[in-house]
Amino acid sequence: MAEREERRFAEVSRESIKLMAESAGVELSDDVAGSSHFMRHAKRRKLTVEDFNRALRWSNVEAICGYGSQDALPFRSVKEGELFFTEEREVNLVELALATNIPKGCAETMVRVSVSYLDGKGNVEPQGTVPSAVQSLSEDLLKYYQQITRAILGDDPHLMKVALLDLQSNSKIAALLPYFVYVISGVKSVSHDLEQLNRLLHMVKSLVQNPYLYLGSYVRSLVSSVMYCILEPLAASINPLNDHWTLRDYAALLLSHILWTHGDLVSGLYHQILLSLQKVLSDPVRPLCSHYGAVVGLHALGWKAVERVLFPHLPAYWANLQAVLDDYSVSNAQVKADGHKVYGAILVAVERLLKMKALSLSQPAADAGPGAHSGSAAGVLGYRVSSPGLSPPPEPLSEAALGIASHLQTGGAGCPWEDWTPVPLPAMYCELYSFFGDSLAMRFSTGPGFGGDPAQPGDARKDPPGPASNHDTARKMPQLTANLNISPRQDGSPRTDPPPPSLAATGCGSQRQAGLSRDVFPKARFTSPQAGPLVFSFLIGGRQMGRSCRGRRPFQTTFALTPAPAAVPPRAYAHKLPVIGRVGKPVRRWAPSHYSLHLPL
Amino acid sequence: MAAIQGGMAEAVEIKDIKTEPPVDAVVNNNANDGSVLSASPGPGGSVGSTKPATGALEEKQTLLAILQFLKKNQLSESVDILRREAGLPQDLFDLKGADASSGSGGTPGTVEGGGLDANSLLSRVTSSSAAQAPVKAPPAEDQPDVSVVLSAYSQQGDPALYEVYYSGLKKFIETVLDCHRAELSQVFYPLFVHMYLELVYNNHENVAKAFFEKFSGDQECYYREDLQVLSGLTKKEHMRGNETLLDFRTSKFVLRISRDSYQLLKRHLQERQNNQIWNIIQEHLYIDIFDGMPRSKSQIDAMSGSLAGEGKREANKAKVYYGLLKEPEIELPLDDEDEEAENEEGKPKKKKPKKDSTGSKSKKQDPNAPSQTRIPLPELKDSDKLDKIMYMKEATKRIRLGRDNLPSICFYSFLNAYQGLTAVDFTDDSSLIAGGFADSSVRVWSVTPKKLRKVKSAADLNLIDKESDDVLERIMDEKTASESKLLYGHSGPVYGISFSPDRNYLLSSSEDGTVRLWSLQTFTCLVGYKGHNYPVWDTQFSPHGYYFVSGGHDRVARLWVTDHHQPLRMFAGHLADITCTRFHPNSNYVATGSSDRTIRLWDVLNGNCVRIFTGHKGPIHALSFSPNGKFLASGATDGRVLLWDIGHGLMIGELKGHTDTIYSLKFSRDGEILASGSMDNTVRLWDAMKAFDDLETDDFTATTGHIHLQDNSQELLLGCYTTKSSPVLHLHFTRRNLLLAAGGYNP
Repeated sequence: MAEREERRFAEVSRESIKLMAESAGVELSDDVAGSSHFMRHAKRRKLTVEDFNRALRWSNVEAICGYGSQDALPFRSVKEGELFFTEEREVNLVELALATNIPKGCAETMVRVSVSYLDGKGNVEPQGTVPSAVQSLSEDLLKYYQQITRAILGDDPHLMKVALLDLQSNSKIAALLPYFVYVISGVKSVSHDLEQLNRLLHMVKSLVQNPYLYLGSYVRSLVSSVMYCILEPLAASINPLNDHWTLRDYAALLLSHILWTHGDLVSGLYHQILLSLQKVLSDPVRPLCSHYGAVVGLHALGWKAVERVLFPHLPAYWANLQAVLDDYSVSNAQVKADGHKVYGAILVAVERLLKMKALSLSQPAADAGPGAHSGSAAGVLGYRVSSPGLSPPPEPLSEAALGIASHLQTGGAGCPWEDWTPVPLPAMYCELYSFFGDSLAMRFSTGPGFGGDPAQPGDARKDPPGPASNHDTARKMPQLTANLNISPRQDGSPRTDPPPPSLAATGCGSQRQAGLSRDVFPKARFTSPQAGPLVFSFLIGGRQMGRSCRGRRPFQTTFALTPAPAAVPPRAYAHKLPVIGRVGKPVRRWAPSHYSLHLPL
Repeated sequence: MAAIQGGMAEAVEIKDIKTEPPVDAVVNNNANDGSVLSASPGPGGSVGSTKPATGALEEKQTLLAILQFLKKNQLSESVDILRREAGLPQDLFDLKGADASSGSGGTPGTVEGGGLDANSLLSRVTSSSAAQAPVKAPPAEDQPDVSVVLSAYSQQGDPALYEVYYSGLKKFIETVLDCHRAELSQVFYPLFVHMYLELVYNNHENVAKAFFEKFSGDQECYYREDLQVLSGLTKKEHMRGNETLLDFRTSKFVLRISRDSYQLLKRHLQERQNNQIWNIIQEHLYIDIFDGMPRSKSQIDAMSGSLAGEGKREANKAKVYYGLLKEPEIELPLDDEDEEAENEEGKPKKKKPKKDSTGSKSKKQDPNAPSQTRIPLPELKDSDKLDKIMYMKEATKRIRLGRDNLPSICFYSFLNAYQGLTAVDFTDDSSLIAGGFADSSVRVWSVTPKKLRKVKSAADLNLIDKESDDVLERIMDEKTASESKLLYGHSGPVYGISFSPDRNYLLSSSEDGTVRLWSLQTFTCLVGYKGHNYPVWDTQFSPHGYYFVSGGHDRVARLWVTDHHQPLRMFAGHLADITCTRFHPNSNYVATGSSDRTIRLWDVLNGNCVRIFTGHKGPIHALSFSPNGKFLASGATDGRVLLWDIGHGLMIGELKGHTDTIYSLKFSRDGEILASGSMDNTVRLWDAMKAFDDLETDDFTATTGHIHLQDNSQELLLGCYTTKSSPVLHLHFTRRNLLLAAGGYNP
């Protein structure tokens, strides 16, 4: 009895199993051959589950491969068993059934004709016009487009906020991208209207942040629009009451954000941006506001860019600036005020440069890991460690491993900084000191005591040419390395290095924070005891990676509605804009500048 | 094959061989006609009887085999009887006669013949009763039973020696003169396969595996796919029901070898007493012997690659009427230039006779054209005549293409075709385009501003005035006008579609095994033709309408007419799926391409296969006749286009350049340019005139028929045009020679 119960299943000998497996193998190989017929006749290159099922069906075998799925099934292996299996995800039917974002606007199948080759020669139309040919807009999309553009460029601040938010998270607007990009390229026609410019920039920001959009080559177009805002002597800047400075600051911030998150889409983009910034900077005919834009642009691109472009250029530029600043005539008052702005921007940039450089020099030893490559090890390494915001998203192009510094070195022929050699820190410091004098020194020589540190930058910003407080220590270069533990603190909130998440924060929260930051700022310094550089950089880096991974998620599979959560405390970057904007600015102008940043969202 | 069947014995007498080719021819023609062969036992028997001494040796082996078998099955009585009887010379003679007849009976490559052959073979080895009375061979003659077919493999031989035999032959062939080596190397592949199968059949699994591993690497790369299938077969049981194997077994592998090379081989095998190999050559190979220079390696490579070797020369001997039918006389409007009015397909060939006047053209009859009534063709309706007039008008505006005057290309992209575009067709006047989709739907678009309209419902039709002049306009329902129409009816992907020449019908063939006829007046399905029980890969209307051909997975191409629900002809002979079907411009012939890597041309009149073209190394997915009906172009998954001369049955050109499957081929209206479209997202234009002209200077009427193809693809390539990530599924020249290409946009 017991015996019978035990043998409730048939025992199959090993031999039989082997035989069965073999003959199954023969049948399978037959079916594989059959399925390839179905693939070929369907005029595809990719064999689908459906093909295989058809082959099975026609050879009188039950189809066992389940339903054909558009997505590739992830294969996983179990090491112990040398077993491979497909991972089946659980599908939340409730979520599917109640989903509100049902993909719609599935365009109709249609035939479109294009004259491709006339008399067997050449193309009549350029190759790049596929999207417009493919996407003829559905009624819904058209409506959406009209509503959105109207809301953003319209008068109702609340509507605009909603529109921007939607633009940031809508997964179905890929077809509209070219149109939005076109709208944004309209910056040139509204250069008299700061408000509109601002709104368009916000539109750029929303598009860039939308994780469902693949910007592709449109990045170039977006960047050129942003660059326009940074560099052009806008019509709006004729009136000194217009605060175009903040616009430029914001655009610069945006530029760096686009570059770090989408720079990989267009090769050589960084390079091109640097070139154009340099061109503006070296052009004395351009107005000071353009120069200012170039400086903040470089600054936003990171200290490496400053070191490469701005620093070598400084001696030549300094003469011009000095002339402006030294002219006390009444007619020159406005220009002089502008000059001060530029001066302040340069100062902020070079200070950061010095700081990061000093930091980078000290770090390589600690971080030999990624330093497998040769070259200017110190600089590259330092940059990698200390300024995570600078490194492009980890996965982009092949140069990614070497970072931007080397990208530049190897980059296109004939670029002026190709034969650029890093200037040693002391020399750099000496040179900068010769320009800025003690106003520069204050940033560094804080000594072991942290106390004065937070306050001093503030002073410096308000009054760059102000009196030197402790220039003695400033000149003692060795102290720089000795005080390295300070630098992290100073850099704990990377005020000059805009990490992309700053823009990820919803709406214009960052700007609103900016207002507070002046009060919060000093306190924050002290209340961030964990602000070690490594920790912090890791944080940003991780977020960056997370974001870029999500960047091109196909919208079919994702129903997550929230864009990148603001994991980094806003204060970390919030004060950045005012810092630049305020330099050398009469106090009374603060308020407007401040409020203009507060876009009415 | 009679040359071979006599065995090594007859090598002694060379004059014997010389008498054989005529016999060969008769046999092969019969085989091609599909009739069971009856003539061959005669010569076979006589050959056997003339050499009793050597024949006896073979008989003894057979007898021994039978004895072994009987012993194994413990049929001791039979053993005794056999043993006793085997001593008698009378019986021996009988046996020998049976053996000889079985050897010759197996020579035709047809299934039926194989059945007979296999039966006698079976009787020889497995059935004791038959062994005793072999002359009264088994009754069931043409039943292609799998087990019977397979049993031909059951001759026993020492499995260990197979390797020795094979490598011995290999060594021999490697040492022969260069001029013979290439020819004899052809033997390797079929030998290898059959030896392997024999080993497997006789349950020598491990030996078979070792054999496969050792020698499979030597085979030509274009056999790789077949070898992969073979490698899976390791047990006798696997062989049942395996189609590839059956193909191999039931059809003789055809080799063309020059007489000198063949004798070299025969002598070698004879010297070595290499019976195993000799048996295989006898039973499974068809060696087509020709007199003359041995072929070079490149010549052989150009022609080989199909599943069953090359086409037999005899198979391509039948006369093919490739000329065009005369165009019916049509009264043209006065202002038209009659001279330019060519026939429907725009053939330049008839241009000269037509130059003089319309009246005289009826007197001249192309000697290569079939008679006008060879197959019945539908009467021309008034609307057809109108269309012909339109065609002639258009033809006068046709652009003369050539090397320096390439056509413009328009690309029709199917956008948002997420269902999977599988087939495309244009109407001849380029006014409609149809697409077949993997979601079983068929869509028709109008590519002119004229919208597609349905005919009104019956009730509404009653209301209209039937006498009015514009009645044809009035029957159309204006409310249904739209740019495209969707046709639902199939239950599987639509793999082939074709418009009727009069634009009233559309055919579609599908995975569901049916061909459907759709009306383009009502946009409904009219008929579902059920005959293929498996996926139908392709279908096409005859250029004269009414007839259509379809072919599919069941390896049979069928000829239908639209008003019969059963096929008129079935064209059987391909060894694997028929992948594409095309009508000859004169509607008298049908070309089919197959995954057995051959192209066959069938006569619509009698259903005979009149041409077998081999040379492709992959399934053929595109065929196109030149407008003058003389040439055929074919494209395959190997990315090569081959050009064939239909009249002579020869390959006349190879166009290399594509990197992926060629899905469409089309000659320009005057036949000067050949356009090919491929999966590799390119359209290539080739100088067809040059390809054909170069050839005509050659003397290819030589009996061997082996032309040396020069590698001039680059010279002939006139242009390569890339699409925007759209595979080119269809090509069409408008009546004015504008090239239209179509495909789905696959971003």
